[in-house]
Amino acid sequence: MLSRVAESIYWMSRYVERAENVARFIDVNLNMMLDASGMDQQWWPLVNTTGDHVDFEKRYGAATQESVIHFLTFDRENPNSMISCLRAARENARSVREIISSEMWLQLNKFYLTVNDAAATGGGMESLHDFYTDAKLSSHLFTGITDATMTHGEAWHFSRLARKLERADKTSRILDVKYFILLRSVADVGTPTDDTQWAAVLRSASAFEMYRKRQGRISPKGIVQFLLLDQKFPRAIHFCLNAARDSLHAISGTPMGSFRNNGEKLLGQLCSELAYASVDEIVNTGLHEYLDALQDRMNLVGDGIFETFFAQRIPEPGKQMARQRTQ
Amino acid sequence: MKFRDYETAGFFDEMIGEGGRPRSAVRHLARNLEALPDGELIARQKSADRALVQMGITFNVYGESAGVEKTLPFDLVPRIISGSEWIRIDRGLRQRIQALNLFIDDLYHDQKIVKDGIVPSHVIASSKGFRQQCVGMNPPRGIWCHITGTDLVRHSDGQIYVLEDNLRCPSGVSYVLENRHLMKSLFPEVFAASRVRPVSNYPLRLRDVLEFLSPDASTSPRVVLLTPGVFNSAYFEHSFLAQQMGVELVEGSDLVVSDGYVWMRTTQGFERVDVIYRRIDDDFLDPEAFRPDSMLGVPGLMDVYKAGNVALANAPGSGVADDKVVYAYVPRIVKYYLGEDAVLPNVPTYICDEKKDLDYVLEHLPELVVKAANESGGYGMLIGPHSTKEQHAEFAKRIKADPRNYIAQPTLSLSRVPTVVGDHLEGRHVDLRPYILYGKDIFVMPGGLTRVALKKGSLVVNSSQGGGSKDTWVLADNDLAETDSTDASMGSGQTQIQSQSQSQTQGAAP
Repeated sequence: MLSRVAESIYWMSRYVERAENVARFIDVNLNMMLDASGMDQQWWPLVNTTGDHVDFEKRYGAATQESVIHFLTFDRENPNSMISCLRAARENARSVREIISSEMWLQLNKFYLTVNDAAATGGGMESLHDFYTDAKLSSHLFTGITDATMTHGEAWHFSRLARKLERADKTSRILDVKYFILLRSVADVGTPTDDTQWAAVLRSASAFEMYRKRQGRISPKGIVQFLLLDQKFPRAIHFCLNAARDSLHAISGTPMGSFRNNGEKLLGQLCSELAYASVDEIVNTGLHEYLDALQDRMNLVGDGIFETFFAQRIPEPGKQMARQRTQ
Repeated sequence: MKFRDYETAGFFDEMIGEGGRPRSAVRHLARNLEALPDGELIARQKSADRALVQMGITFNVYGESAGVEKTLPFDLVPRIISGSEWIRIDRGLRQRIQALNLFIDDLYHDQKIVKDGIVPSHVIASSKGFRQQCVGMNPPRGIWCHITGTDLVRHSDGQIYVLEDNLRCPSGVSYVLENRHLMKSLFPEVFAASRVRPVSNYPLRLRDVLEFLSPDASTSPRVVLLTPGVFNSAYFEHSFLAQQMGVELVEGSDLVVSDGYVWMRTTQGFERVDVIYRRIDDDFLDPEAFRPDSMLGVPGLMDVYKAGNVALANAPGSGVADDKVVYAYVPRIVKYYLGEDAVLPNVPTYICDEKKDLDYVLEHLPELVVKAANESGGYGMLIGPHSTKEQHAEFAKRIKADPRNYIAQPTLSLSRVPTVVGDHLEGRHVDLRPYILYGKDIFVMPGGLTRVALKKGSLVVNSSQGGGSKDTWVLADNDLAETDSTDASMGSGQTQIQSQSQSQTQGAAP
């Protein structure tokens, strides 16, 4: 398929997933604030999660519920707000409408229009919870429609690759910021508030119930184990990277266990490391440092994909071209 | 909803005939509309509007900030054409496109028609659409203009006239297909009763035409649609057609020329392209051959084309025949090449380049419609009766400065079709653009895009100037013609033999 098209599908998929994760961050924080009456409102970690804290401080100053929600949901100047993500996803989809199924376009367009309408009315604070729940469902619907209506060929694999990479990145950010903030309030350890907050981390990733089944008691290490290293939970980083790797190899045709380009090499290395990592080692050497390095390496995987598939150079005129006649 | 209160106001109405009674071809529809309970018309109109926004069937408007999308307003009362009238239109369109193709081919070779004094040489030489680069060129299969959209209007005399030929990149066919789709969901009961000829096979016909042009018949040809990109006003259509045909939609930067062929950049390397349905004007097609500042085209494309290693539709240079001055000569062109009179007449046209006509035009500006020879989309146009004295003076100045660039026509009284305005129907002026494909044979789509001027009294139907569109129903005349209702119910009569789906067994584990 065309490189430009592959790139558009890749970003369409990443941006939808990003918008969904923003909805997750906010929704779970709203719930947590309800449970923790009397406690300091914790909105700052949310801005931190997205990595756009510099822009936020410059334009908003204090992190209140209202300012953070606006910044992350409806602010068109913030490139990672829900509305910006959906606009970008929609623009990408618009440029590949002939490749994706019309059902996918319809759903993405509806999703965008819903958030756009909410932006126009300011969202309405009392219905915020419904709004974010709907947003998560809209994204799931889009993913479901993609899986059910699009040929599972190259384009589909690009969309899956992108979604899994984005999800792995976002789960790592949820884990990083929450872990960092929560562990600092040592006084809270073991209190009901503490448990509520850990539960919130899991709920951010829709992982609460599945965690219960697998790990039982809530513990920081158990949560790291589950969200970082689990190979069966669909929002766990290891699970996502394995799926991304499978799609990458399906696209290139490179046999598993080997590599032909930089993206495959880096991603393969990451997956193997996660398979043989232990949560004790990670926590002892510092979770934050570990996750930070992980995010950097996932970005390098993204760079590798860009180099290999989207930004090919035109070969010198001559024999090379002629061999690649239409298959 | 009753037609009793509907005013035809002295205009030719496509739906309501003499004595305020619906014409015979539209009786089904009229009865159905009249039977709608109060409020139902407006409810269905709203449902259509909503569907358009949700489906993202939009165009971009030039002159507004980039990326502003609007939907083309859709009116749910269709324009209906009887089968017998269509036969004549169909014949006229075939005749016209055949003659125009012979004309273009002649212009780029011997120019016999000029030598024989039928069309003056300076008209050709000064036409912006005439491409020196194309002289002596032989397009694949000898066809220049494969895709045409011809604008037709009906005057108060009841006669259909050709208003304009669009031989470069006519747009709008996607709306025809989407409008039909919408109408079927909005008025299924009328569809079942009327015998409407289907339009949905257009994309496949188009693909057939494009594949027919492939220079390499030995393999299954690689066809692509070349778009200027997502900010072009017709981008939705480009993407829609590519999707419906199942071909790749490409931008200039996706294509490269190397080794005497055109290639497209894919995730698996470079693949050869055989046929390009280009929706980019000649000017921007190849910066090495035409405008050097074009960022939209493919450098070196024309060399590959001339060498016969890629086909372009429409052929570069075809635009010479949709120059509005050349238009004035089309009846003579038909006669010259085919030895027949034109089935569909032109609107009488004054050529400002001819002294006698120029004097008449300047004296009668307030009654005439003046058009610039190379403009489209309703730009560069003066509608005399609807303009101010200042505008008349301004146009007089422009015409005198460059008479070759202007033609004038009497202001036509375009026919009207009932159109939803609030909770009732009012007449609004319409035109019609049918689409013609020229490949192995000629195909005329039964129907076309009916554009409607939504503003009361307005005669400008262009989407960029407040126009909307309607579905166009060409009725099947005899039992042999395929219709959309038979299309829709296909398969219902077949016996279905299928094993039953498995269900969960209650309480009994195997």
